[in-house]
Amino acid sequence: MTAISRDEVAHLAMLARIEMTDSELDHLASEMDVILGAVARVQEVAGQDVPPTSHPLALSNVFRADVVIPSLTPEEALSGAPAKADQRFKVPQILGDAE
Amino acid sequence: MALTFNDAIAKYEPTLGLEVHVELNTLSKMFCGCATEFGAEPNTQTCPVCLGLPGSLPAVNGKAIESSILIGLALNCSIAPFSRFARKNYFYPDMPKNFQTSQFDEPICVNGYLDVEIETDEGMKVFRVEIERVHMEEDTGKSLHVGGATGRIHGAEYSLLDYNRAGIPLVEIVTKIIPGTGKYAPQVARAYVTELRDILRSLGVSDVKMEQGSLRCDANVSLAEIGSGKLGTRSETKNVNSLRSVERAVSGEMVRQANRLEKGERIIQETRHFLEESGETRPGRSKEQAEDYRYFPEPDLVPVTPDADWIETLRATLPEKPSLRRKRLKAEWNVPDKEMTSMVNAELLDTVEETVLLGADPTKARSWWLGEISRLANEKEVAPISLITPAQVAEVIALIAFGDLTDKLARQVVEGVISGEGTPAEVIEKRGLKVVSDDSALMVAIEAAIAAQPDTAERIRGGNIPAAGALIGAVMKATGGQADAAKVRELLLKHLGQS
Amino acid sequence: MIRNSASAMAEALAKKEITSVELTQLHLDRIDAVDSQVHAFLHVDREGALSQAAAVDAKRAAGEKLGPLAGVPLALKDVMTQKGIPTTAGSKILEGWRPPYDSTVVSNLKANGIVILGKTNMDEFAMGSSTENSAYGTTHNPWDLDRIPGGSGGGSAASLAAFEAPLAIGTDTGGSIRQPAAVTGTVGVKPTYGGVSRYGLIAFSSSLDQAGPCARTVLDAALLHEAIAGYDKKDSTSINAPVPAVVAAAKKLDVKGLKIGVVKELSGDGYQAGVRSRFDEALQELVAAGAEIVEVSCPNFEYALAAYYLIAPSEASSNLARFDSMRYGIRVGDDGNAGAEEVMKITREVGFGKEVKRRIILGTYALSSGYYDAYYGSAQKVRTLIVQDFAKAFAQADVLVSPTCPTTAFKIGEKSDDPLAMYLNDIATIPVNMAGVGGMSLPVGLSPDDGLPVGFQIMSAAMKDDLMYQVGGTLEAALLSKWGAPILSQAPALATK
Repeated sequence: MTAISRDEVAHLAMLARIEMTDSELDHLASEMDVILGAVARVQEVAGQDVPPTSHPLALSNVFRADVVIPSLTPEEALSGAPAKADQRFKVPQILGDAE
Repeated sequence: MALTFNDAIAKYEPTLGLEVHVELNTLSKMFCGCATEFGAEPNTQTCPVCLGLPGSLPAVNGKAIESSILIGLALNCSIAPFSRFARKNYFYPDMPKNFQTSQFDEPICVNGYLDVEIETDEGMKVFRVEIERVHMEEDTGKSLHVGGATGRIHGAEYSLLDYNRAGIPLVEIVTKIIPGTGKYAPQVARAYVTELRDILRSLGVSDVKMEQGSLRCDANVSLAEIGSGKLGTRSETKNVNSLRSVERAVSGEMVRQANRLEKGERIIQETRHFLEESGETRPGRSKEQAEDYRYFPEPDLVPVTPDADWIETLRATLPEKPSLRRKRLKAEWNVPDKEMTSMVNAELLDTVEETVLLGADPTKARSWWLGEISRLANEKEVAPISLITPAQVAEVIALIAFGDLTDKLARQVVEGVISGEGTPAEVIEKRGLKVVSDDSALMVAIEAAIAAQPDTAERIRGGNIPAAGALIGAVMKATGGQADAAKVRELLLKHLGQS
Repeated sequence: MIRNSASAMAEALAKKEITSVELTQLHLDRIDAVDSQVHAFLHVDREGALSQAAAVDAKRAAGEKLGPLAGVPLALKDVMTQKGIPTTAGSKILEGWRPPYDSTVVSNLKANGIVILGKTNMDEFAMGSSTENSAYGTTHNPWDLDRIPGGSGGGSAASLAAFEAPLAIGTDTGGSIRQPAAVTGTVGVKPTYGGVSRYGLIAFSSSLDQAGPCARTVLDAALLHEAIAGYDKKDSTSINAPVPAVVAAAKKLDVKGLKIGVVKELSGDGYQAGVRSRFDEALQELVAAGAEIVEVSCPNFEYALAAYYLIAPSEASSNLARFDSMRYGIRVGDDGNAGAEEVMKITREVGFGKEVKRRIILGTYALSSGYYDAYYGSAQKVRTLIVQDFAKAFAQADVLVSPTCPTTAFKIGEKSDDPLAMYLNDIATIPVNMAGVGGMSLPVGLSPDDGLPVGFQIMSAAMKDDLMYQVGGTLEAALLSKWGAPILSQAPALATK
């Protein structure tokens, strides 16, 4: 396997929204290198003829009836909020547009 | 000198792509039992699932699946025998799980089309818009930005989140690229969204209210020099909240792109936002780095595998296509093109049809709704249907037909109903508006009934009183339920020498 | 009394020899006496437990019909939500969070009158094999306080071995119920995937996670299994079928005619000699009881560990995205100037431990564009091969067996700097999760080389959980008659305060 670079780890940390110091990134890059080397073994037997299994159960079509069930009270819904105002979750300013 | 729309289309050929998000009108959310009412108090329609609380799990609303299949069928799509939900991973505070449960490479419906008709220089012309896919996903919460100079996202000091909308079922309908529309691109875009909206409404699967966000359109536009055979770089315009805006956004974006190309500037592939006031678009605020959504099959849900029986059962419930219905009504009512278009644009087709079905003459029904009632509605800035019911309009039209009211008096009755004085009968009573107070109008109807059923009349003359029921019924029907049945009976029997 | 089995306690309660309040108080006293050394609990709900116990006593006094375990106390892994009770999943990021809802397992426990004593320690978000990854300190193995109690459910297993609770709930994603059971001399069962609802289980890896019973005897595990299992419409991946009759199976004490498949690939090199010798002796007990031993081969099991360390981190990277400080949990870095995005990043940096971050980054990588097919995609294919291996093996044998872990409990700190060595602990337990079949670990003696408990793993096909209970119950009875006393009677006494 090719080594995973520090920049690649920094990009992954950005995608995962985890702030990391340079030394953390360096450390993680070297660990990832070892781990990826070990887990890349899966490619040895993952031939084109093998179908993927994403789930151990072969269930399908599990649906719920369209029925309204009582919601939490707003007090319960907001009970864990680090900050709240006007019956809403109060969060630091959101920069950038929604999808 | 900046290029105008006409300059732009003289040199450039547009290519369109439209993505429409529809909020389904299910009672409960996509993955939990919370209610979906619009405009509820903040965070009153939330639970562990739609708040993304640790440990919670989604459970698919079966009605949402049925609605999605119906939409696919109405858009001539193939319904996938196997489809799955996937997680679209990205962080945004109004998305409680920081992934959206959506569909990726296994959508529920694929490969359909929708024909739309627009008026061109050569008359009415049909454009076929091909549909790439119809897939299911969930809506996000809503954020409110507080502080800062404008209250817009930038400069806000903090944001407030309401998750009532989070988890409301959404269906996304994505077209393939639409080539060859030329200068009609803005109209085709509008006609497509209009037709789609009418179909969705006829299916009863969504409120399709663009102003409330239950129907949202993103327009992809690119330009290439005519004859170049190339495809230009596209922009994606969001926040297009009315049919008129769809048309304006496409033409605005065509002009903007043409002007950039003319100056030798590159078109950037980006998300832009439509500005209602100016009809222009502004660039979205791009994130520092590109996202990578890392889709993978949602492990908390199982595949959707509709069998042929289920699909056919749903297909059998499909209502008449709005375009076919318009053709049929146009023929049945004998309406000119222009009038038909006026009714459609005013969103009065359903209302007029309902009035006609209650016995009113189509031409009269149309002229009342498009004329006097629309005028009053415009004054009050409300929808005509909120002022008066089709049954009341049908009643007024019947009264005119029987000569009880003149057109002039009828306008007063309608005005009275609209100002809350009660039903037409009550208004007539209170204002004393009835033209004819004798029985002559009823006698006309009674004589007509006798003429239509001479045998019955003969039996009554012979003393068979119960046979009068049939003639009374006919009179009641002819008067649109207007007449007093006891009075009809009295006049009828007297006329036939039985009292 | 507290050294009794849960079923013996239930019997004493039914005969009104003791009240649930008294029994609960005995366990709370034991926790007060020894938990400062063991550190099995993160939160003890004294008032809640006593009031639940009082409610059961009142119902019993009123002659109401009660579940078979009504009034018996239990320790709940801190990964399960319980309304109003602090729930952290061993993570700092959830410090102080009190869920506004009960998990389905907790609802079932309450409906059965089982008294919840408190929440047990675990590796953060169930990622680990030693509880050393808990943000709230390591749990100590009652057999040797310098050693790990296994993980991630080390707290639940240690609470049983220290007689702080007769029953516990665990969750098992790659061995987190079975490996702690093995190294603490207790019984732990991972039911068939979909057998017990995951609703309210804070997800690590959704397609692998499964809650299950932890106990000191096979019958106790079976009783708890029946109390918590069953279809739940809130969990779309729960199986809509009757729960296998595991209590009846645990009482059968007969394996005549059953075929027991020894998995060739799950023994040999890398397995401690004492582990192997106890495993072999246990097999002989089963032969003596009338079972037939066959060898089966599952050649793709050797890829299971690699596939697991792609699939579990991938799902985890997505499952753990919600911990962003916006709606619950701690918030760090909100100085009034920082934007939401920045506060998320700082909170996640501070709130997650090293192992969790390592796996999130690994999972993010495995799912990212350009690498998906090579990593996550390939791992899913390996999963297919493992499912096929199991299918072939279960065609040859009624149950499969192996040692639960390659070694007995290791020293605290011994492997904490070497993730790969740590991951090897789960080599024999992971295939079960990959295929969604059932797995049980029960003690089969002490390793002659270090005097520590050895676990014996029994695997059964999906929804055939009863078979592993039948074999486990029989083996346990044979060993008990050989030893004369339960294995935990050989554990050193803990100093009491």
